[in-house]
Amino acid sequence: MKQSLFEQQHQADWQGFALQLDALERGKADSQQTQTFAAAYRHLCQHLALAQSRGYSSHLIDRLQHLAMRGHQQFYRHRSPIGGQLLGFILAGFPRLVRTEWRFVLAACLLFFGSLLLMGALVYYFPDLVYAVMSPDRVAEMEHMYDPDARRIGRFSERDSGDDWMMFGYYIMNNIGIAFQTFASGLLFGLGSLFFLLFNGLMIGAVAGHLTQIGYGETFWSFVIGHGSFELTAIALAGAAGLKLGWALLVPGRWPRGEALRIAAASSVRLIGGVTVFLLLAAFIEAYWSSMTLASANVKYIVGGALWLLVLAYLLLAGRGDHAPD
Amino acid sequence: MPPTPSSVSATSPTLLDTRFKVETPEGIDLILRPAGVIPRALAFGIDLLIRGALLGALYAVLALFGQFGMGLATILMFLLTWWYMVLFEVLNQGRSPGKQVMGLRVIHDDGTPIGWAASLTRNLLRFVDMLPFGYTLGIISSLRHPAFKRLGDIAAGTLVVYRDEAPSAAVLPEAEALRAPFTMNLNEQRALLGFAERSQNLSSARRQELASILAEPLRVPAEQAEQQIHGIARGLLGPT
Repeated sequence: MKQSLFEQQHQADWQGFALQLDALERGKADSQQTQTFAAAYRHLCQHLALAQSRGYSSHLIDRLQHLAMRGHQQFYRHRSPIGGQLLGFILAGFPRLVRTEWRFVLAACLLFFGSLLLMGALVYYFPDLVYAVMSPDRVAEMEHMYDPDARRIGRFSERDSGDDWMMFGYYIMNNIGIAFQTFASGLLFGLGSLFFLLFNGLMIGAVAGHLTQIGYGETFWSFVIGHGSFELTAIALAGAAGLKLGWALLVPGRWPRGEALRIAAASSVRLIGGVTVFLLLAAFIEAYWSSMTLASANVKYIVGGALWLLVLAYLLLAGRGDHAPD
Repeated sequence: MPPTPSSVSATSPTLLDTRFKVETPEGIDLILRPAGVIPRALAFGIDLLIRGALLGALYAVLALFGQFGMGLATILMFLLTWWYMVLFEVLNQGRSPGKQVMGLRVIHDDGTPIGWAASLTRNLLRFVDMLPFGYTLGIISSLRHPAFKRLGDIAAGTLVVYRDEAPSAAVLPEAEALRAPFTMNLNEQRALLGFAERSQNLSSARRQELASILAEPLRVPAEQAEQQIHGIARGLLGPT
């Protein structure tokens, strides 16, 4: 068949298909129209293949190729309901993923909580050690924040309840930023994640040890125990996701490094999704509950302990049943 | 990093070309043109300006609401910093405003539109591409990658390509349809058609020069070769 005849016969189809594409690209397609889209797309692909094998002019082929490209973009759009997916992920997918990646999670937890506890104990027994990791100004600032005489406690001590909003924003920005950095820097062969895990562990450990040692323990621990459950776990999990990236580069196994990285990143980024949810919860608790001085220290310990148990139970047990939502 | 299998098959050894071929389940090849460092940097610059302007406006307005406003502003700043690109890429078919201006879009390696996971990956890992300063790692990575991928793109399996505009209709020069005096294979046919379709973009001297190469096999004097080729091109398209 000559090209002009071919064009004549199918011109209307192509124009119709282009109109359909316009509507889809602007998100204004009605469902009646899209019924025929898949068939029209396959038809166009066939025309393109025919045009190529018959040696029609490059202009016609370019035109069909352009339509096919646009059709491909629309045909393979991801239109999954994000709400249902998110719910399934939170209820079952995330804890399952954490358990699947237990090696990296364990390594990150050991690094983070290990350095935290070790540094805490060291500073507690050798108080001067705190100045090895922090400047005296920072230490004084920390002491001021957790002064038992303060009415409200936390990172910005002199504030009233109207400020809770501001703190909520600040915690989100700050903590999630740290978690994202901990994850992303894992791309540097895992060194970045390693650094952030150890660095944060040492810092938090030093502060905790120091404040306990000088007798501010109650204000400090009752403040941090609540949101710490989510926040510290989230940092450790972000580190685990970063370590997984680094490990894929160091030990790619049977894949080329780029491919190994791509595979590792696909599951790492889901971990980060869960971490983000954790940190949003932590920021909420920190802004509205932890800073409250109404509840006594004992109540806070009980609630905080319960939250820790909740986090552990969630990560270890959720999504184990056969009928867990997918 | 060794090139991924897809990029090996994409760069044919004979052509010095950045085009990236993806075979689809429909059995056709999509031709993608990856965008280089400069247009991408410009797109990023535009996005940066937009974000800066938005943030300035937000602070100016929300500062009126005191502490509550500042809290809201911080949350919005967080959204702008980490989610601006992700939201635009996923919800606006791979185009952030900067990419839209520069005529670019982000897609998966296999040509499908970008999803949440890949977009989040490439934008979170942007942090590493920016290290140690001014996108150094990202620039090095994209300069040495056949498809100009920065580290985030490699990890996420994404590709920044040009959005091609629809080609405008070609007008063939007027000529009487002729039959070629010899048989031609497909490539030769396409070459002749290509010459006729592009003749408007060539100077007449250049057309003459190119056409005269074929004067001998066409068995015409060199001056008439051009007209002869146009005629054959017409003949290839339509009835003779």
